[in-house]
Amino acid sequence: MSRPRVLILQATGTNRDGDTAFAVAQAGGIPVVLHVNQLRGKPSHLHAHQMLVLPGGFSYGDALGAGRLLAIDMRWLFEEALAAFVAKGKPVIGICNGFQALVKSGWLPGPPDGPARATLTRNVSNRFECRWVWLAANPDSPCVFTRDLSDPITCPVAHAEGRFVPRDEVALTRLQDAGQIALTYQALDGRDPSYPDNPNGSTADIAGICNDTGTILGLMPHPEDHVLPEQHPRRTRYEEGNLGLPLFTQGIRYAAGI
Amino acid sequence: MRNTYRIEVFWRGGVDGRAVALLEQLTQLGIDTVNGTDVSNLYFLRGPLTPADVEQIATELLTDPVVEGYRWDIITVSKATTSEEQTIEVGFHPGVTDPVATHLYHRVALLGISGLEAVTTGTRYRFMGSITAEACHRIATELLCNDVIQTYTLGEMMPEFVPDAAPSDRVDVIPIRRLGDDALTRLSIERVLFLSLDELQAIQEAFEALDRDPTDVELETLAQTWSEHCLHKTFKSPITYRCTGGMPRAGKPQAMPKDGEEKIPGLLETYLQAATRQVAKPWVRSAFVDNAGIIDFDATYELSFKVETHNHPSALEPFGGANTGVGGVIRDVIGVSARPIAATDVLCFAPLDMPNVEVPSGTLHPRRIARGVVAGIEDYGNKMGIPTVSGAILYEDDYVANPLVYCGCVGIAPRGSHPRDPHPGDVIVVLGGRTGRDGLHGATFSSAELTHETGTTVGSVVQIGDPITEKAVMDAVVQARNEELYSAITDCGAGGFSSAVGEMGEQVGVDVDLQNVPLKYPGLRPWEIWLSEAQERMVLAVPEANLQRLGEICRIYDVEWTVIGRFTGDQQLRVRYGDQIVADLPMALVHEGWPRTTLEAVWDPPDLPAPQIGSETCLCAVLMQALAHPDVASKEEVIRRYDHEVQGATVVKPLVGRVNDGPSDAAVLKPLMTSGMQGFALGCGINPHYGRIDPYAMAWAAVDEALRNVVCVGADPEKVALLDNFCWGNPALPDRLGSLVRAAQGCYDAALAFAAPFISGKDSLNNEFVDAHGNKRTIPPTLLISSLGIVPDVRTTPTMDLKAAGNLIYLVGETRAELGGSLYHRLHGGLQGLPPAPVPDALQTFRALHHAIEHGLIRALHDLSEGGLAVTSAEMCIAGRLGLEITLSSMVRGPGVRDDATALFSESNTRFLVEVPPNKAGDFEAALTKLPWARLGRVIERPTLRICGLGDAVVLEANVDDLRRVWQSVEIV
Repeated sequence: MSRPRVLILQATGTNRDGDTAFAVAQAGGIPVVLHVNQLRGKPSHLHAHQMLVLPGGFSYGDALGAGRLLAIDMRWLFEEALAAFVAKGKPVIGICNGFQALVKSGWLPGPPDGPARATLTRNVSNRFECRWVWLAANPDSPCVFTRDLSDPITCPVAHAEGRFVPRDEVALTRLQDAGQIALTYQALDGRDPSYPDNPNGSTADIAGICNDTGTILGLMPHPEDHVLPEQHPRRTRYEEGNLGLPLFTQGIRYAAGI
Repeated sequence: MRNTYRIEVFWRGGVDGRAVALLEQLTQLGIDTVNGTDVSNLYFLRGPLTPADVEQIATELLTDPVVEGYRWDIITVSKATTSEEQTIEVGFHPGVTDPVATHLYHRVALLGISGLEAVTTGTRYRFMGSITAEACHRIATELLCNDVIQTYTLGEMMPEFVPDAAPSDRVDVIPIRRLGDDALTRLSIERVLFLSLDELQAIQEAFEALDRDPTDVELETLAQTWSEHCLHKTFKSPITYRCTGGMPRAGKPQAMPKDGEEKIPGLLETYLQAATRQVAKPWVRSAFVDNAGIIDFDATYELSFKVETHNHPSALEPFGGANTGVGGVIRDVIGVSARPIAATDVLCFAPLDMPNVEVPSGTLHPRRIARGVVAGIEDYGNKMGIPTVSGAILYEDDYVANPLVYCGCVGIAPRGSHPRDPHPGDVIVVLGGRTGRDGLHGATFSSAELTHETGTTVGSVVQIGDPITEKAVMDAVVQARNEELYSAITDCGAGGFSSAVGEMGEQVGVDVDLQNVPLKYPGLRPWEIWLSEAQERMVLAVPEANLQRLGEICRIYDVEWTVIGRFTGDQQLRVRYGDQIVADLPMALVHEGWPRTTLEAVWDPPDLPAPQIGSETCLCAVLMQALAHPDVASKEEVIRRYDHEVQGATVVKPLVGRVNDGPSDAAVLKPLMTSGMQGFALGCGINPHYGRIDPYAMAWAAVDEALRNVVCVGADPEKVALLDNFCWGNPALPDRLGSLVRAAQGCYDAALAFAAPFISGKDSLNNEFVDAHGNKRTIPPTLLISSLGIVPDVRTTPTMDLKAAGNLIYLVGETRAELGGSLYHRLHGGLQGLPPAPVPDALQTFRALHHAIEHGLIRALHDLSEGGLAVTSAEMCIAGRLGLEITLSSMVRGPGVRDDATALFSESNTRFLVEVPPNKAGDFEAALTKLPWARLGRVIERPTLRICGLGDAVVLEANVDDLRRVWQSVEIV
């Protein structure tokens, strides 16, 4: 199986592109970091890649709301190319700011041409928080990234606008029924998660959702920052495992099969 | 017609965290009649827009349809005066950096809507319940609006835009040759030059020799370059020093005869640079020369480290001051061609619960300063994607008018990749932000004392940063460095172009045309362009052949770049505005023309209040008080607001332990890009209370602590580099300078004893405040020592949390009766006593512990600092959620340690509490041969801290959960 080329798309203010490139390489992909400006006028560049990552950071400084201006870029600069990329079934993952951009552009929960079904907004705590969380994958989700993910993942969140809010009850039910809630925050002891297990007050403890076909995933936490045993916060207590790496491995494996 | 549109975007998504937080703050202000608030964003757009345009802007750019709604209107003069007592609207003064407005302006054009002339933003706060106009004014002035950068209205605000102005080429010639001494002094005050009479006379003489008068550009250039902030005159001038007591200098028992006099050629050379030279570590690449100190990391990479202060700006506008402080120190690291990989911050505030009556007028309340500063650091570091991993927060009354904000940054670069050699013919390129009036006179202002009126007279010196512009500049510079496109680089900081271009061209000479500088708005006079301290700008020397490629890189990263001049080779500083030459000075005058004067310094041991300690003190209660002291209390609330994980390198986090809430001694990072398992540790040492007793002891203790911190997390004590940052009062006063001399001597002696070089340093002097009645208030002398240590293998680092019941607990180091300046004495209302004395052979202890770490003998390790053994053991229990049983009687102690309180709370240097598994005890003890150590007890499963005293009876027993609750429920920001 050849190593798929994975496009990591930077915008001005993106800052976890390096972490993401490292995780992609670690998971067996070939990371290619490009700036949005390098796609300007050449959206077909997208098609030289088998997978797309929108990494974390503060694109355009979160001016006018996290992810909003990058979402507008996506629409204006390469909407058709991205639609073709998605139509081919090539996987797309948006992390933190990338998730915000996917939601603000309508790709998540999707479809992008309908009215917005959900948003990501200010944390209930009203502040930026950096802390480690636990994530469980939904076994009934069509998501290609979380497929066969049996162990929970532990990794950090680092955001101020990560509270997932569906438009209404109907929108939430639809997400649930379609298995689009791919990842939820968990409490370690099996209780219902409350703050800070659910660090931002997301409805139904939603940490990540996918589109209805499962090829686009967005999540607030940073699995790319837990791909090595040394990164575990309790390594000195001999805790290990629960890496975020499998999300990338699964996605890249899926991309390689297309 | 020139309409102004007002768009309000309001929340309709249920509970709004912003509104909840505001309500809490009202309660803190004592306003309890408000039962609800809401907060909306305001956007003002000026220009001939159609209603359809405004609708499109509101829906496509401004509103989140799931949780927000909008309404818009055309502003008319009559409407804007509507007074609504229930609302406050806050906007920026024109010209204050407002990235949201800038983005909105550009995006509107991209929507295909033409004609938009100007954009500004604001915030609307509405209060439900009953509230008086007077209360609204209080909320506005004490919480929502800082009149240094903002303005507020009760009811609907009238937006203010930057007024239209034509470009200005006006240059004044200052007839300085004619002026007498009084007129010279007046000139200095009127132009905010902060030059001394000596300096003004030197300028006068220089222009006599040139046979002409200076232009305003020239005079301002000299004032900036000669300011304390840029030149560090105090650290370079000769000093006559006398001292009348204090502890003898280590290794120099008869250092100075009583009342003798010592001639010191210069603090920087005599103590700091000399120490680095004598320690002679081969891995030091650059010390005190570049924008940051540089050491080798491994065969491929080098690390740079710089710590700056941004105290005066943070006092006036806490968010903007701290924000641009972080931005500035990051630019220092970019200025040595490195990629920033870690940030540090150390903050000193007055106690947050200080009553309003004790806060001098003209000064913000400490709570407001603390919140603004933390938010400013959060904003810049997080948006740059640089993990903030290390720091401290201290609280002391005398920081009320002069808070301290130390910002640090570490960078990484391929070894030897930083060029520093501008060639004649290279062009001068400015990269990044545009130039505006922001930050005029920052360098001179930060070299002066603050007064109750400073906020109103020099408000323009304070600015807000734009981290995303700097992030783009950073990416572009790293790429340009990789392609070897420039021959020199520096950042634009204090003094603006005057300083950056002037320093870069010192050996070569420059010719600059200010008309080429891109401006935020027209109307700046040439001297303003030359002096502006607008943020996010770098200056590069670029061979002409590389310009095209540099331009391509800048286009990719959205970075504006402009050629503003050329390096000449004639050793002149020549500045033009179009055809007009506005400055033409010999570089030698600019950089070497300042008059050297011998400064007077005296140090007398102070009289300090004695602590009031009752005989029946309950040690458990004292421990609880210590844990509840904000200096010691958990800083988790602040730490979590900084992204400490970005870049994936943070292997020992600032918070460690069973549930990630223990206070780590230091952070360890292993950059993803480096091979192998080597990493580096960042620590710091600071204790102003010792400095009140003897700055010499303070300096030793700070160096000892900075080293202890990094040794605790596995750094090799032979490979630790130090940074010094002195925050002091007015050095023209002999007592302030005397204490500075003693601290510098302590730095020198300690660096030699520890064989640890200083690689960079900075001073912030004149941290004094004169209130409306003329009363002067100064900060305690405050020395921060930052440490950067190499960790040979990050997999072997221990953390400070207790790991397992049954393990043994050792106290390494000697405990002496050293309670002077200690937390224990401060809790009892006094400072008096012996401060921790130097431990000249501490390095041997550090080496032994490092050996034990490398051999896997240690499970947990924590140093003893504020609060001594009592606080250290409590913190280890809390972090591990385990108990401890220890006995004091076996501890190695000095003859003065006769009671349990002294044994538990003494703050002697070079001490560690260590957890060792029983099967490693023999090897561990062997590693410590000939060093002071004692086995004190063991770790227990039951979460209880149980301490038997010197007489073997139980003197302290506390539930760990109770200790944790006290330690975690303190207001720290």
